[in-house]
Amino acid sequence: MNEITKHAPAPAPTSSAACSVPLAAPIAVLAELTHRCPLQCPYCSNPLMLEKANVELKTEDWQRVFTEAAALGVLQVHFSGGEPTLRTDLAALVKHANGLGLYTNLITSGVLLDAKKLAALVDAGLDHVQLSFQDSEAENANRIGHYKGGHEKKVAVAALIRAAGLPLTMNAVVHRQNLDHLAEIIALADKIDASRLEVAHVQYYGWALKNRAALMPTRAQLDRATAMVDAARIRLKGRLVIDYVVPDYYAKRPKKCMDGWGRHFFNVSPAGKVLPCHAAESIDGLKFDSVRERSVEWIWANSEAFNRFRGTDWMPEPCRSCDRRELDFGGCRCQAFALTGSAGNTDPACELSSNHQAMFEAALADAASGEPNYVYRRIGGA
Amino acid sequence: MEPIKVGATSRIVLPRHVKLKHDTVRDRWILLAPERVLNPDETSLEIVRMLDGVCSVGDIVGTLAVKYNAPSEVILVDVIGMLQDLCDKGFLVSAETVATHAGRTS
Ligand code: SF4
Ligand code: SF4
Repeated sequence: MNEITKHAPAPAPTSSAACSVPLAAPIAVLAELTHRCPLQCPYCSNPLMLEKANVELKTEDWQRVFTEAAALGVLQVHFSGGEPTLRTDLAALVKHANGLGLYTNLITSGVLLDAKKLAALVDAGLDHVQLSFQDSEAENANRIGHYKGGHEKKVAVAALIRAAGLPLTMNAVVHRQNLDHLAEIIALADKIDASRLEVAHVQYYGWALKNRAALMPTRAQLDRATAMVDAARIRLKGRLVIDYVVPDYYAKRPKKCMDGWGRHFFNVSPAGKVLPCHAAESIDGLKFDSVRERSVEWIWANSEAFNRFRGTDWMPEPCRSCDRRELDFGGCRCQAFALTGSAGNTDPACELSSNHQAMFEAALADAASGEPNYVYRRIGGA
Repeated sequence: MEPIKVGATSRIVLPRHVKLKHDTVRDRWILLAPERVLNPDETSLEIVRMLDGVCSVGDIVGTLAVKYNAPSEVILVDVIGMLQDLCDKGFLVSAETVATHAGRTS
């Protein structure tokens, strides 16, 4: 689930006259089918309070959600989790979404996939697979995911995915304890015949915030990684597309998180809560609506959680009078909450925030801590 | 995936993971790929629609030259530029590449 990054799930089309209407329709939905997962990545972006299997939406609920989402204007569904392949109805859900003309993407750790399951997904019309890797080499990868044999399984599954004719994106979340293997990670993407590689620095809320001391890269590591990505992009042009999500802590300006709150994207939790971003539950005091009680259309237009930080009216200074306010929408609300105690503050990743210096110093201290141990993501683990 | 150098003899198609789709809610044509949505202009759209895996880039240019009564040398440069850009971004591939569904629409 880490695999979806908060930078911009589906960037707005390059020329979009449709966006001048007051409330633009959403483009993409992240469907978190379950929070169950065999892995326990310490940077998992699922909430600390994981939802249990007995509260998960049923097949018909999800199908209705996709039908309503498509009618509203959604174009892409990302099937995510937890581990979405734990849902025995995954192929049925893909088929339903595909029948609605939605673009279907499976975001998976891969460890539970086999040729038979893949064939069923291909038959259902799956368009694309995004497979996560924890490192380039088994020992460290399996330590990070806390799952024995996982890396070896992923390499084998990547070959099955390609053999099934499915296009593949490799996702690698990077941090202090694997960043020195970036060259090998890029080589692995090429080797498993991925057409796209997402190199995503950890973003710190939820589990990752708990593990910040163990994960925060040093400034030197970051600079080396960025230079390496730049060089690889040139070297592998037309062969491998590399998307790079930079870490906020050493930045001068924040990311345009979610492409703007409530602008193009929503997330549905396993139990049916509709969130403006997958980490939104980390913000205290936001009220979320559920697809069990309301239609997707109603929630998109009326849900308090969406309207609270939509657009620019909610902004305090320095954002309110800043000429970048519609370029980055003030950055990440979850990060503002985690680091300043209020989600209504400017993201401290911005140099103009009064909290920026403290954030930067926290990064330096964590990076220097050398903390090797993780708090693993599991029910009761927080 | 091998890099593509688009020329007059190339045959270019949409890869399996890119869909040309009519976005009914917004009434426009789009190219959909994971994490990406592209809204091609009318000219690009016309060319993308002609990518059937059989016609070469030269054939397409020939058709356009007749239709618009314009010199094919000029059109060729524009068409190659546009196709090369979409290939580099991963929205198009060479027809020789395996696992393609040419011109898949929905
Ligand atoms: S534990 Fe790892 S594999 Fe599982 S959902 Fe979280 S980040 Fe993804
Ligand atoms: S002040 Fe606000 S709007 Fe301006 S750059 Fe910083 S975060 Fe963006």
